[in-house]
Amino acid sequence: MKARYGMVIDLDRCTGCGSCMMACAAENNVPSLPQASARTGLTPMLVRRVSNGGEGTARREVFIPIMCMHCEHDTPCVKVCPQQAVEVDKATGIVMQMPQRCLGCRYCMTACPYHARYFNWWDPSWPTGMEKSLNPGVAVRMRGVVEKCNLCHARLHSAQAKAAAAGRREIDSADYVPACVESCPTAAIRFGNLADQNDPAAQEARSPEAFRLLARIGTEPKVYYKSKEAWVRALAESNSGPPSVIERAEAHNG
Amino acid sequence: MASGALTDSSLTDRKWIARGEERTSLPRFLLWLTPWAALLAVGVYAAGLCLDFGLNQTNMDNRFAFGLWIFLDLGVIALGAGAFFTGFLVYILKRAELKPILNTAVVVGFICYSGAVAILMIDVGQPLRAWFTFWHPNTHSMLTEVTFCISCYLLVLCLEYIPILLRNRQLRKLPSFLVFEHQLHKLVPVLAGVGTLLSFFHQGSLGGLYGVLRGRPFAFRDGVFIWPSTFFLFILSAIATGPSFLMLVAATVEKVTRRRLMPADLFRRLGFISGLLLAIYVAAKSIDTLIWLNFTSPSAGFAPWQYYTHKPFGTPILFTEIVLFGLLPAFLLTYRKTATRRAWLLSAAALACAGVLLNRFVLTVQTLAVPTLAFDEFLQYTPSWQEVASFSGVIAYGVIVYSLSYRYLPLFTPAKGESNHVSGN
Repeated sequence: MKARYGMVIDLDRCTGCGSCMMACAAENNVPSLPQASARTGLTPMLVRRVSNGGEGTARREVFIPIMCMHCEHDTPCVKVCPQQAVEVDKATGIVMQMPQRCLGCRYCMTACPYHARYFNWWDPSWPTGMEKSLNPGVAVRMRGVVEKCNLCHARLHSAQAKAAAAGRREIDSADYVPACVESCPTAAIRFGNLADQNDPAAQEARSPEAFRLLARIGTEPKVYYKSKEAWVRALAESNSGPPSVIERAEAHNG
Repeated sequence: MASGALTDSSLTDRKWIARGEERTSLPRFLLWLTPWAALLAVGVYAAGLCLDFGLNQTNMDNRFAFGLWIFLDLGVIALGAGAFFTGFLVYILKRAELKPILNTAVVVGFICYSGAVAILMIDVGQPLRAWFTFWHPNTHSMLTEVTFCISCYLLVLCLEYIPILLRNRQLRKLPSFLVFEHQLHKLVPVLAGVGTLLSFFHQGSLGGLYGVLRGRPFAFRDGVFIWPSTFFLFILSAIATGPSFLMLVAATVEKVTRRRLMPADLFRRLGFISGLLLAIYVAAKSIDTLIWLNFTSPSAGFAPWQYYTHKPFGTPILFTEIVLFGLLPAFLLTYRKTATRRAWLLSAAALACAGVLLNRFVLTVQTLAVPTLAFDEFLQYTPSWQEVASFSGVIAYGVIVYSLSYRYLPLFTPAKGESNHVSGN
């Protein structure tokens, strides 16, 4: 059976602790770049802090983890890459990045509506001694190529190897859990096969509180969010731009 | 004696200059080249820094993944469209009266395209992997089409430039070069046709680069079949402004050299062609903008006017692009009273060129600056000195190549004399 791996992130549970970011970096050998800024660093998983724009007691905030949404339809990055360095794995639905083939033109970054793709602006480096803790299952990316979340593909390989060794064709879902999911202290991230109707993640994705970012542009992202807060759902599903911008645009239209 | 002869030959390059042509003295010419050579050296140094240390030398980032280089590359490729379009008019539509500008058009095109490709090689993170696009092409990507067509067209421009190069007074003395030039020149009409086809696609695909970006609603456009409307708008705007840019180049050369190189009538003809095409472009652009405002953007759930609430990208930029840099120069270039006055004509040509640059700026920079996600913020980007210097180096390279070409090659041949050159006599 073909899988459609995806996530449902419960924003009401997310405390913005950043464990997912750290786990992602450790699992995927993301280099330590003290010279990088917020806009030049490598953060395949990035927790963003968003407010409702209110003041004082009216102010509400939410943390929204942003990573590759693994768009299923008309995948923007796959379509634009000139040398097929990005592809959707038909067996898993995972949008794969091949750094070895990447030209570093950054067209995919321009195409991604979620800004979930990162360029290696520097040579990878780690503090002395820390290179000993690198994950041997994940290749380090070189300077000048694009990278992004691949749903911890190395873990999928391990799970597949384990299943093959046991004579099974299908992996055990417990063997394939991305690092961010595993590390979340509040279990805010649920990972699973969205094609399996019985999978808890697939069931949560169908919840009335679930939503996707920019679902209206029709790329069918496989990362869902969930919140009981109406303003959070409204922010994600409403018109583009922070509330103040939306108001200004409406005023402009008269 | 020997020393004296050496000194004489090192002080003058008279024998390399076409017979009967007046050119400034060699020391004066070298003095003119010196600042441009210095600028080129700075540009090469800056480019070297980017290649050696990586693109962290630029001020681009993960959100502003395209910057000054892509904007100016799109700009110079549009301005260089005069090369293929003039070739198309002369060799395909048989407009022989445009022949005097043809050689300049080829040299300008060669400079624009080679300069753009050089910058692109710095702009990509792994320039040594450029061949991957030919080996693993993604046929659905507009950038693949751009890469193929620009590479092939640059080759065509080289083949068109070689016969001009071989017309140098000294090179013509070599029989094999003369024969080669003669044979190559027979191919020029074919090259003009191939160049037109390739340019049609890459100019369009450069527009398509942005038009297909569903994730960037500011740039996304509906279109015909697989091509978004920006595909056709880029072709139209390039062929509309290419002749204007050639006029500006010719007028600048006339100003610097203080001599008339082209008949006034040719300026008017180029101006009229440019103005007419610009009028068609403005009409198409206006219709496209109205469709985007009323249908494309709202149907994807985005209020289009919100994109114009971020200063300095307010609605005046739209007005400037369509009216001041579009409709106005189109009128000035085609209206008899203004088109017959050189100052008006050249001012209008400059406005038209500014218009195409503004259009490329808007599509590159404004597209990336405006937010897409509801909680995104408006972004700012200022190019680093390495980015500015690298591109300044390309401009210096262009001036040097053009200056050398003007000095030693027959760039402005009169229409009547052109046939002599073609026959290789």
